[in-house]
Amino acid sequence: MQERVKKPQFDVVGTRPVRPDGVDKVTGRAKYGADLKMAGQLVGKVLRSPHAHARIKSIDVSKALALPGVKAIVTRDDFADQASEFVPAGEMLINYRDVVRNILAREKVLYEGHAIAAVAAISEKAAIAALDAIKVDYEVLPHVIDEIEAMKADAPLLQEDMITQGVTPAPTKASNVAKRVEFTLGDTAKGFAEADVIIEREFKTKAVHQGYIEPHACLASVSEDGSADLWTTTQGHWVKRAHCAKLLGWDVTKIRVTSSEIGGGFGGKTVIYLEPLALALSKKAHRPVKMVMSREEVFKSTGPTSGGTVRVKMGAKKDGRITAAEGEIILQAGAFQGSPVQPACMCAFANYDLENVKVIGFDVVSNRPKVAAYRAPGGPISTYGVESVVDELAEQLGIDPIDLRLKNAAKEGTKAAYGPKFGPVGLVECLEAAKESDHWKAPLGPNQGRGIAAGFWFNIGGETTVSLQLNEDGTLTLMAGTPDIGGLRASLCMMAAEELKVDVHKIRPIIADTSSLGYNFLTGGSRSAFSSGMATVEAARSIVKQACQRAAKLWEIPEEAVTWEDGEVRPAGENAGKHKPMTLSDIGKIAGKTGGAIVGYAAISAQGAAPSFGVHIADTEVDPGTGKVTVTRYTAIQDAGRAIHPSYVEGQFQGGAVQGIGWALNEEYIYGPDGKLQNAGFLDYRVPVASDLPMIDTIIVEVPNPRHPYGVRGIGETPIVPPMAAIGASVRRASGVRFFELPMSPPKVLKAMKAAGKA
Amino acid sequence: MRYEKPTTVEAATALLAGQGARVLAGGTDLLVQMRSRVLSPDVLVDIKGIDATRKITKDASGYTIGAAVTGAELKEHPTLSKDWPGLVEAANLIGSTQVQGRCSLGGNLCNGSPAADSVPGMIAAGAVATIAGPKGTRTLPVEDIMLAPRKLALTAGEFIVSFKIPARPAHGGDAYLRFIPRTEMDIAVVGCGVALALDAGGTCTAARVSLGAVAARPLLVEDGAKALIGTKVDDAALAKLEAAVRAACKPIDDKRGTVEFRIDVAGTLAKRTAKIALERARKV
Amino acid sequence: MAKHHVTTTVNGDPVEYLCESEQTLLDCLRDELDLVGAKEGCSSGDCGACSVLLDGRLVCSCLVLGVEAEGRSVETIEGMAQGDELHPLQRKFLEHAALQCGICTPGILVAAKALLAKNPDPTETQVRYWLAGNLCRCTGYDKIVRAVMDAAAEMRGA
Repeated sequence: MQERVKKPQFDVVGTRPVRPDGVDKVTGRAKYGADLKMAGQLVGKVLRSPHAHARIKSIDVSKALALPGVKAIVTRDDFADQASEFVPAGEMLINYRDVVRNILAREKVLYEGHAIAAVAAISEKAAIAALDAIKVDYEVLPHVIDEIEAMKADAPLLQEDMITQGVTPAPTKASNVAKRVEFTLGDTAKGFAEADVIIEREFKTKAVHQGYIEPHACLASVSEDGSADLWTTTQGHWVKRAHCAKLLGWDVTKIRVTSSEIGGGFGGKTVIYLEPLALALSKKAHRPVKMVMSREEVFKSTGPTSGGTVRVKMGAKKDGRITAAEGEIILQAGAFQGSPVQPACMCAFANYDLENVKVIGFDVVSNRPKVAAYRAPGGPISTYGVESVVDELAEQLGIDPIDLRLKNAAKEGTKAAYGPKFGPVGLVECLEAAKESDHWKAPLGPNQGRGIAAGFWFNIGGETTVSLQLNEDGTLTLMAGTPDIGGLRASLCMMAAEELKVDVHKIRPIIADTSSLGYNFLTGGSRSAFSSGMATVEAARSIVKQACQRAAKLWEIPEEAVTWEDGEVRPAGENAGKHKPMTLSDIGKIAGKTGGAIVGYAAISAQGAAPSFGVHIADTEVDPGTGKVTVTRYTAIQDAGRAIHPSYVEGQFQGGAVQGIGWALNEEYIYGPDGKLQNAGFLDYRVPVASDLPMIDTIIVEVPNPRHPYGVRGIGETPIVPPMAAIGASVRRASGVRFFELPMSPPKVLKAMKAAGKA
Repeated sequence: MRYEKPTTVEAATALLAGQGARVLAGGTDLLVQMRSRVLSPDVLVDIKGIDATRKITKDASGYTIGAAVTGAELKEHPTLSKDWPGLVEAANLIGSTQVQGRCSLGGNLCNGSPAADSVPGMIAAGAVATIAGPKGTRTLPVEDIMLAPRKLALTAGEFIVSFKIPARPAHGGDAYLRFIPRTEMDIAVVGCGVALALDAGGTCTAARVSLGAVAARPLLVEDGAKALIGTKVDDAALAKLEAAVRAACKPIDDKRGTVEFRIDVAGTLAKRTAKIALERARKV
Repeated sequence: MAKHHVTTTVNGDPVEYLCESEQTLLDCLRDELDLVGAKEGCSSGDCGACSVLLDGRLVCSCLVLGVEAEGRSVETIEGMAQGDELHPLQRKFLEHAALQCGICTPGILVAAKALLAKNPDPTETQVRYWLAGNLCRCTGYDKIVRAVMDAAAEMRGA
C-alpha cells in the first residue's frame, strides 16, 4: 500500500482566500458573453433547419436582404469548403470539413436546428423578419436518431461517402459508422476461463446537455482593413481564433479574441458556432454584430454529449479477483463524426489493475446535433456500465463493494489497458477514505439504499503561456490565457503568492486576449490549474531570478552571491549581512534604474499531467407508489493531488456530482418520431434544482502529482464519472431492482418495480 | 402589438372583443408563448388595472378571489390558507418563487393546459368563475371552463374577473398533490385535488375529487366522490377512490409520462391526497 | 406604433426609458438602461438568472413587460451593495466560494435577499425550495445554501 505523502507546510496553497474576480461577480459588474455593447452594433440571428434530415435544393435570400434594416446575410456560399483535417478540441478531435458544414449547412441539413443562414439587422425585429423572408427549398429525407438503428445496413445515410475507419480490410460500402477503435491487453478468453462468476450486461444512456446557464454569445467587429475584434464566451480563445481564421481564410494575427467571463461551459464552449458567422456578417455589414443564442438554440444546435449503448462482460474468481473484462461501446456522434468513443474506451476499465482486457468502440453518426465535449467526455458513459457490473459482481460474490474494488484497484505501476503505466495515483486512498467515512457506516431508513462507484479521468497539459509583471510598488500583475471558469484566477494567484511570499491580494490576475500573450490551449481536460499553474510558477521563479540579478547589480556583487529566502533577496556567503535585504517591493522600486521592467514569462507545453481517481457514495430513497428516486445523502471523494484552493476543489466535486445525479435520474434528449427534439428548454430538460438535493459532502484526498511543482492533478472532470453507477447501485438496494438504462426516471422505475413485485 | 391597461371591466371587454386580443394577467405563460412565437397577439389587454381582478374579499358565503391575484398573494392572505389550504398549495405549486410573484388563478386556468396545478385545486374546492363579457356578467363552474387543450368556454370579449370559493364547511378539508419528476419547476404529470366534509361523527357527507394532466381537460371525478361519501374514508373507501380515479383517467403518452404511469400514479396520489384532506377536516 | 415612455424607479433612482410593447423588463434593463447584472439564461422563467424585485416582490424580469414597470420600483443586483459595503449575502457568497462561473449569482443573490426579507431564519429546506427557480449548473447548490444560511445567521445577529 502506498504511504500517504506528508503534507508540506505552505503559506498560501491550501488556504481559502476570497477569489480576485469575486466582487465583480457578486455585484453584477462582471461582463459575460452577452454583456458587451458596441456603438452601432447590429443584431445577428441564425436561420435553422426545421427538418431532421433534408437536402438543400436552394437558398434564396434576396427578399430578406431587401427588407428595411437588414444589413447582411451569410450562407454556405460565404464560406469556402474545407479539406478533411482533424485538429484537437479539448480532449476530442474536430474535422474542418465537418465544422464548416456545422456552422452553416452546405449540401444537406443533418439535424433539426442545423444552421442555414445568418442575418445582421438593425434590430431584433428586423432580424427575425429577415429570417422569415429567407426561402429555403428542401428535399426532406428519411432520418435516423438512435445509434443502433443508424448502424443498420438499410439506415438513412448522413454522409454518403463515409467509410468506417479502423476496420481491415476497409469496407467498400458507406455507412453511418465513422470509426471503430479497439484496446486490448492480455487474453480475455483465457481470463474468462479462469473466472468463477461471469456477468454480461447491456446498458443504454441518453444524450445529455452540458446545460451551462449562459447561452453562447459573441460580438464581432471587423474594420475595413480586415482587423477583427471578437468578444466571446469561450473555454479557449486562441483555439477559437484558429478555427475562425481557418474557416474565413484570414490571417490569424488579424483576429484578436477576448474571452468574456464565461457562464459555464463543461466542454460545450470549446467549439465554434456563432463566431465565424458574426465575423463574416460584420465584415459584410461594416458594423459590429452581436449574436446571442436562445435557450432553444442551445439545446437544439449545440453539443450535448453522446447517448450510447454499452455492453460489459466481466469475470471474477470467488475471492473477488477480476480475471477478464470486455466492453463494447457504441456512441452517438451527432450529425458529424467525432464522439468521445476513444476516451470512453480508454476510461472503461481504468479503475482496475487487470491482466486481460478488450474494449471495442464505435463512433456512429445520426440526425442529432454534433456532440461536444462534456466533462470527462465519454468516461461517464462507459464507467456507468463497468461500475454497475462491478457492483453486481460484488453482490453475486457476497463481497463488500469497496473490498472488491480494493482487491482490483489500479495503483502505481498498473498498466492501463489503453497503454501507459500509472505513476502514483490515489484510488486506493479514496476507497479507504470511503470505507472510513461516517457516510459509509451510517444506518439507512426504509426504502433507502446505498451505492458506491469509482471513476477516473486522464487530465491533460499542453500549450500554456503566462506573464507575470512585477510593478514598481512591488505588487504584481498576472496574465493567463486559459479562461477562468470557476476559480482559476484564485489558484494561479495563490501559487504565485506562495512562490514570491507576497500577499495573494497584491496580485491582480487577468485573462489576456489573444494579442497580448502567447498561445494557450483551451480550458478543458482539467488542465487550466495544472498547466497555467505550472507556467505561473515558472514565471514567478523567473521574477525571483531577475530580482536577485537586480540586487546583485545594485550591490555590485556577483549574482551567485545573492539568495532568495523568506520573500527577500539577501546577500549570501561572504557578503552576508553586508547589505540590507530587499523585498520584491524594494526591487520593484529600483527596476527602472537597474535594467527596466521585471516580467516573468513562461511559454510552455505542460507535461506530466496525472490522472485523478474518485469514489462516490450515494444514498437514495425510492417511493414505491410513484417510482420517484430521491438522493438523500451523497459524498464525493477524490484525489486532487494537491488542493490549491480547497473550496473550489470541493466545488468541482459537488458540481460534477450533481450533474451526474441529473444524468442518472432525469436528464435526457427526447426525440419524437419526426426526429425533432421535444424538450429544448429548462422546463422539460430537467437539470437538478436546489430542492432536489442534499448537501454534497466532500473528502479531498491528496496524493501529489510528482510532476507538478505543487502536486496538482486536474480535478474538474472526474467528479462526473462515478455518479450514475453509484446511484444505480443505490437504487438497486433501495428498490430491489437493478436498472440498466439512464435516466432512472419515475415511469421506468415504477414499471420495473411493479414487474418485480416490489411496488 | 399594442399594450392596453384598462381600468374598468367594460373597457376591457370592449378591447377583448377586437381581433387578436389577448388577456395579460401574470404573463408567466403568455410571455413565454409570445417569445417562442406560439402566440402573436395584436393587442395585449392587461387586466391588472381593474381593481376586481386584484383583490381577495371574504364574506359569509366565502371568498371572492380576483383572477389576477398572484400565487404569493394567495399564500400571504391571513385566512385563505387556513380555510382552503389545498387550493393555496395547488396555486403555490405553479412554477418557482419568481413565478409565484406573477402567476394567477385566472391565467393558470385560461392558459388552457390540462396540467395546470391550481385548476384541480379550484375544482375540488367548488370554485365558480365570474365571467365578464360584452353582454354582461355570467358565472360558470371552473370544471366547465376548459374544454380541451387551449380551448375555453369563453366567447369573444369575455374574460374571468374573479373566482367565488364557497365558505369552508364546518368539518371540511381540502388537499392537492401533484407528481413531478423533480421537486419543483416541472409541469404536473398527474395532479389531484380532493375536498371533503365530515359530519360530527366523522362520516364523509360531501366530497369533490379532481384530476389534472390525465385527460384533455381537468376532470371532476364524480365516482371518486361517491367512493368517499357515506364512509369514514377508511382503507376500503380509499381503495374504491383509487379504482374510480384510475378508471376516470384518459391520459396520453408524452415526454412527461406514459399512459400506464399516469393511471398508476393518479390512483396513488388520490389516496394520499384524500388522507391529507381527511386529516385537515378532522382538525377543524 | 410609438414606443411607450416608461417612468419608473430602479435601485432608488428615477429613470425613464422608451420601450416597445413586446420588450421585457429584462430587455429594458439590459438594452435601454445598460444594467446587465440580470442575465438572460432561458427567457422562459425556468432559470431565474434574470431575477429582480418589482415593488419588493421577486420576479423573473424576462416574464414582465417593460411597460409594466411604469410607476413601480425595480431592484437589481446593481443596487445590492451600499457604497463600499457589500450586502452580507454578497460577502458570504465570496467567503463560502458559493459561485464558480458566476452567471447565476446575481439572480440567486436577489432571490436570497427576498427570502431573508420575508424569513430571516429559514431552514435548509426552505432555502432550497425558495431557490428552486434559480438554476446553478456549477456548484451543486451546496455552498450556495450554506452561504445563504450563514448570511441569515449574521443578519439576525446570531
